[in-house]
Amino acid sequence: MGATHFRDIIALVATAESAYFDGLATRIADIRDSPRHSGLVRVTHWINVLSFVGLLVSGIGILLAHPRFYWGETGGIGTPSVLDLPLPFMKGGPSGWGRHLHFLSAWICVLNGSLYLLSGILTEHFRNDLVPAKADFRWSAISMVISKHLRLKRPGEETSLAYDLLQRLTYIGVIFLLFPLMIWTGFAMSPAIVSVFPAFVTVLGGQESARTIHFFAADLLVLFLVLHIAMVSVAGFKSRVRAMITGESSSSEAQT
Amino acid sequence: MSKPAFTRRKLITAGLATAAGASGLAVAARLAGRYGLIPPDHYGIYGVGETLDYASQRLLTSSRYSMAREFNRSDISKVCPINGGPPEDETFQRLLAGKFADWHLTVDGLVARPASFSLEQLKRYPSRTQITHQACEEGWSFIAEWTGVPLFYLLNLVRVLPQAKYVFFFSFGSKQKWGSLDMPDAWHPQSLLAYAMNGKEIPTPHGAPVRLRVPRALGFKSIKYLSRITVTDTVKNYGKGLGSSSPEHGFSWYGGI
Repeated sequence: MGATHFRDIIALVATAESAYFDGLATRIADIRDSPRHSGLVRVTHWINVLSFVGLLVSGIGILLAHPRFYWGETGGIGTPSVLDLPLPFMKGGPSGWGRHLHFLSAWICVLNGSLYLLSGILTEHFRNDLVPAKADFRWSAISMVISKHLRLKRPGEETSLAYDLLQRLTYIGVIFLLFPLMIWTGFAMSPAIVSVFPAFVTVLGGQESARTIHFFAADLLVLFLVLHIAMVSVAGFKSRVRAMITGESSSSEAQT
Repeated sequence: MSKPAFTRRKLITAGLATAAGASGLAVAARLAGRYGLIPPDHYGIYGVGETLDYASQRLLTSSRYSMAREFNRSDISKVCPINGGPPEDETFQRLLAGKFADWHLTVDGLVARPASFSLEQLKRYPSRTQITHQACEEGWSFIAEWTGVPLFYLLNLVRVLPQAKYVFFFSFGSKQKWGSLDMPDAWHPQSLLAYAMNGKEIPTPHGAPVRLRVPRALGFKSIKYLSRITVTDTVKNYGKGLGSSSPEHGFSWYGGI
């Protein structure tokens, strides 16, 4: 109580006299609320949420025009498919606004994601918090992490504040594999982009293959989203969401 | 108490950054307008995405070699689906019954020598044959061989005036699509006025007697059943002034996607 009071006074003085006590104010702020996630990570996270919802809703809209998937360069009614979704063909409707919303959301997602990537590299956030340590790959460590997840154990005070192996691998897979794959297969469906970079589509085996991969990679992202929200709920939905917005943290809570 | 929020220095920096950002946007918008990087349907919130797509792809395709992929005869699709039927109006049906002997393609607008071309005339001009991929906006696709007169050849014949910005394409029938190309697509060597498909006359539902083929864009840019081509410096004079019938139905004007 007393210590907190003292810090508040210092902070107040530091605010008023920031021109002189800039460094001091920063240090006090660091001690007081060193957030689990930096401001940039939190802001880009929520922008990403918005753009992902836009991409998902509009993606379904576009899909409804032709809910059927093919392999190779071409495909259509009357040719063999690899997947027929039990959905009606909705011509002339949702794919119009769907495409508008899809590209607008994609621009936000890519620009926001680039900012996040750049800062993650510069601040060594990826290296420090996401790349697993060698010790994490010991069998005993792996089995402990897996059993902990299977029992849906709520992270307690003893839990390390750092991500465990499964979390690290999942985030790396989503950030460095699935999102780039979505962008790549998206580009591979653009006749104008492919006219400049034909390899974008040829290495995938064709334009319809790119569309099919785009769909399955999107499914994996939705699976991640479901698991992510489930894990946040196990850890305490309200407190974790609040922490991701305000950055406030208490040492008793673990990361999600 | 919260942590120190706004210092004077931060406020000044933020103010300067905002001013720089705003003037930067204004300069970018002027430059984009001058270099033809703003699509006709740039209005509203979705217009932001449309403009970013169009501008970035125009920069990408103009700064580098940009040709749609061409395929082998063995790649030609056995099934070539179509969307919608041919025009039902009287003029088209009469021309179809006469095997398009009386058909003419009018080319006018901002050209030095407006002209009208018969099918026989078009077939006597130098032709180009290309096997290209066509994807529908809906998601299906096919590969076909197309033969026709390169659009640039016809535009050179009628001598397009320097102020031209768009080339409009109109088909028979009030319910048919109409649309426009910007000059980079109009002058592109693969933009074709096609009169043959897979070595035969174009089947009626595929756009007989002559259709546009723009292989660097989705299928909806390749207007079928052509009757008139008009060169303009504006998109304002047709329909709702969005450059094509597709934005009026909620789709994009630009088809490079």
